[in-house]
Amino acid sequence: MNLRTLMVATALGLVTAGAFAQAKQQFVPVLSYRTGAYAPNGAPWANGYVDYLKLVNERGGINGVKLQFEECETGYDTARSVECYERLKDKNGGASFVQPLSTGATFAITEKAPVDKVPVVTVGYGRSESADGTVFKWNFPIAGTYWVAADTIIQAIGKKEGGLDKLRGKKIALVYHDSPYGKEPIPLLQERSRMHGFELTLLPVTAPGVEQKATWLQVRQNRPDYVLLWGWGVMNSTALKEAQATGYPREKMYGVWWAGAEPDVKDVGEGAKGYNAVAMQHGAEPQSQFVKDVLAKLHAKNLGTGPKEEVGQVLYMRGAMSAMLGVEGVRAAQERFGKGKTMNGEQIRWGLENLNLTQAKLDALGFAGVMRPISTSCVDHMGAAWTRIHTWDGKAWRFSSDWLQADEQILKPLVKSTAAKYASEKKLTPRTPADCQS
Amino acid sequence: MFYRENGQFKTTYRADQQVFPILQDRVAIWALLAAAFVVVPFLASDYLMRAILIPFLIMSLAALGVNVLVGYCGQISLGSGAFMAVGAYGAYNIFVRIPGMPLVPALLLGGLCATAFGILFGLPSLRVKGLYLAVATLAAQFFSDWMFLRIKWFTLDTPSGSVSVSNLQVFGLPIESAASRYVFCLAVLVVMAVLTKNLVRGAIGREWMAIRDMDVAAAVIGIRPMHAKLSAFAVSSFIIGVAGALWAFVYLGAWEPAAFSVDLSFRLLFMVIIGGLGSIMGSFFGAAFIIVLPVVLNQVLPALAGLVGAEISTVGISHAELMLFGGLIVWFLIVEPHGLARLWSTGKQKLRTWPFPY
Repeated sequence: MNLRTLMVATALGLVTAGAFAQAKQQFVPVLSYRTGAYAPNGAPWANGYVDYLKLVNERGGINGVKLQFEECETGYDTARSVECYERLKDKNGGASFVQPLSTGATFAITEKAPVDKVPVVTVGYGRSESADGTVFKWNFPIAGTYWVAADTIIQAIGKKEGGLDKLRGKKIALVYHDSPYGKEPIPLLQERSRMHGFELTLLPVTAPGVEQKATWLQVRQNRPDYVLLWGWGVMNSTALKEAQATGYPREKMYGVWWAGAEPDVKDVGEGAKGYNAVAMQHGAEPQSQFVKDVLAKLHAKNLGTGPKEEVGQVLYMRGAMSAMLGVEGVRAAQERFGKGKTMNGEQIRWGLENLNLTQAKLDALGFAGVMRPISTSCVDHMGAAWTRIHTWDGKAWRFSSDWLQADEQILKPLVKSTAAKYASEKKLTPRTPADCQS
Repeated sequence: MFYRENGQFKTTYRADQQVFPILQDRVAIWALLAAAFVVVPFLASDYLMRAILIPFLIMSLAALGVNVLVGYCGQISLGSGAFMAVGAYGAYNIFVRIPGMPLVPALLLGGLCATAFGILFGLPSLRVKGLYLAVATLAAQFFSDWMFLRIKWFTLDTPSGSVSVSNLQVFGLPIESAASRYVFCLAVLVVMAVLTKNLVRGAIGREWMAIRDMDVAAAVIGIRPMHAKLSAFAVSSFIIGVAGALWAFVYLGAWEPAAFSVDLSFRLLFMVIIGGLGSIMGSFFGAAFIIVLPVVLNQVLPALAGLVGAEISTVGISHAELMLFGGLIVWFLIVEPHGLARLWSTGKQKLRTWPFPY
C-alpha cells in the first residue's frame, strides 16, 4: 500500500510540475525549522521569508515571472538540511538560490553548491570568510557576517567608554554557543583584543544552553566589564535570567543578532531591560512600508503566514530581508539576461554578484529606513558592513546607536587570509579579473 | 512452492556451511547485488541516491558495527556516535595532513583510530555489565564531543571548528557524482558485510555469542572474557569508524562535532534493536527504518492529504511524521520484539511451507 501511495504521489507530483512549467516560474526552495529546540527563532524567520515571496507574487512577480516556492522542514539538523537541499535543488526547473539558515548546513552545502550551480545566500550568518568572492564564487553573505557583528559591537563598546583606546586593560567575556556558529567571532575578537589591549575571556556554553550556572559563576568571579552573548534559542533567555540572578548589569551585555529578537527576551521581560544587541541593519520595523504592504495585501486577505502580531518583528524582518536580497539577485540577473525570463543558477549568481540596491530601489520595495543601500561585486560578496545597536526597553527593541561600520582595515585582511587558507586546502585557484567579467 | 530447498542435496561440508545454503537465496542475493551495482546507478535519480540511498548505505554499515557489539557480544553501547566521530576526524586528519594520501587508506586508518578509541572505552566492559555499561560508554560520547570541540589541533585550527573535504578520488576516479558516491559506499558496505558475516560465523563470533548468552558459563568453558569483549569492541568500532568517515567524507562533505552527537548514538542503538539484535540482515532493516522511513513519510503525507483535498503545513507534516514514526516503532516492537529481521525469517518460513502450512 505504501508503495502504491508513493507511486500515486510521484505521478501527481509529475502532473502538477508539468502544469506549472507552462507559465513562467522561478523556483525558490525554503529551508526552515519550525519544529525542534530552535523553532521559536526559526518560525518567525520562515514566516517573513515566505510572506516576502508571496508579496512579490502579489505585486506581479519579477517582471511577470511568478515565484514558486516549497518549504522543507530541517529541524536545524545538518543531515536533514542536506536532504532538503538535495530534494529541492532540481525541482521545478532548478532552485534559484538556497538559504540554509544554519551554520552547519551552510558548511555542508558550500561544498555541494558549486557542483550543482546553486548560489548560497546567507544573510548575516554562515562562514564569514565567504565574503571573499574570488574564492567563494557561489556564497553570498550579503549585508554582514558574524565578524561584522563582532567588530561593530566592540566599536559600540568603545564609544560607550569614550574611545577605543579606553578599552586597554578592560575585561570582555564572550559567552558563546559551543558550535561553529558560536566560534565564528573568536578570530576577530582576538584581533581586536591585540589591537586595543583588552582581555578576552572565552566562556563556551554546551548546546542547547539550558545549563549555564558554571558559566555565570565564572562571570561573577571574573567580573568582566562587558559580556558578549553569542547565544541562540533557549540559551539567550537562560543567559539573561542567569545574569539577573548573578546581578550582572544587563546594560553591559551585548548580543549578536540571533540573541537580539523578541523570542530571546520576551520570557525575561523586565529582567532583560537595558540589554543590547547588534542589529544587522534592521531591527523591529513595524512602521516600514513593507510591513504595511504585507498586512494590507496578505494578512487582510488571510493569505499571510504565521501570526499577524509578529509581522514586523526582528526575525520576521530578517526573513523578509533575506528573501528580498535573493529575489533582487534574480531581478538583477533578468536585467542582464532578459527580462521576464526564468533565470538559471549561473545567471542568478551573476545577479547576486552585481547587486546594486540604491536608496530609490529600497524605497520602492518598502524597505526605506529598514536598511542602507547595498552593492556587491566580484571581490566583495558582502556588499555592506553596517549595523546598529538596539536595546530592549522591557517591551520592545529600540535603536540606541547610530549606524556603525565594521573596520575594513581589520575585516579585509582577516577575510583574505582565512579565504586563502580555504583555497589552499581545497586546491582552488582564486578567480582572475577576467573570470569576474563572466 | 518456489521457495523450497527440496532436492538440494549437500555433498560436502563446504556446501553445507556456506552463507546462503539455499539456492534461491543465493540467486536472490546475486540478483540484488547486480541490481544495486548496475541498475540502480543508471535508473535512480540524483536525489534518490544522494539523499536516501547513500545515507542508508552508510548507516547500514554503522548499524552493522553496532550489531557486532550489542547484538552479537551483548555489550550495550551508547558510544557509537563517538566512534563515528573518531573515525571521521581520524580519517580527516590523515587525509589532510599527509600530502597525497589516497582516500581508501585514509578511511581505513580512520577506522583504526576508532578501533584504538573503542578498545580504550571498552575497558570498563570488563567490570561493568548491562545498563551500567551503557552509561559507562556514554563517557566516550561526551569525551569525543569535548575533544573535537576543544582540541583545535584535530580541526586544523579552523576558526569555526568546522572542517570539510573535497576532490575525493579512488584509483584516479573522482568520487563527485551521485552515482560514483553511491557505488563507492555500496562497495565498502558489501565488503564489510561479507567480512562481518564470516567473522560472526567463525570462532570469534561464537565466542562473542557465548559471552552474550552467559558470560560466566563462557568463561568456564575456556573463553577469555577480556579477549572476547575487547575484540568485539575493536571490530565494532572499526566498522563504525569507517562508517563515520564515509558519513563525513561522502555524505556531508563538511561537518562539525554536532553531526556526531549523542542523538546519533541513540539512533544507531534503535536501529539494531528495531532491525534485530544479532542479525546482519537486521542492520539493513533497522537503518532503512530509521533513515528512510521519516523521509518517505515526510513526502507521502502531503500527497496523501492532497488526495482528500486537505493541505497541511510543514509543521503539521513534521509533527505527524514524528507521531507516525513513534507509533510505528511501538507497533513493530509489540508485534515482533525480536526485530524486523525476525519478521523476515518468519516470512521466509511461511513461504517455505506455502501453500500447505503445518
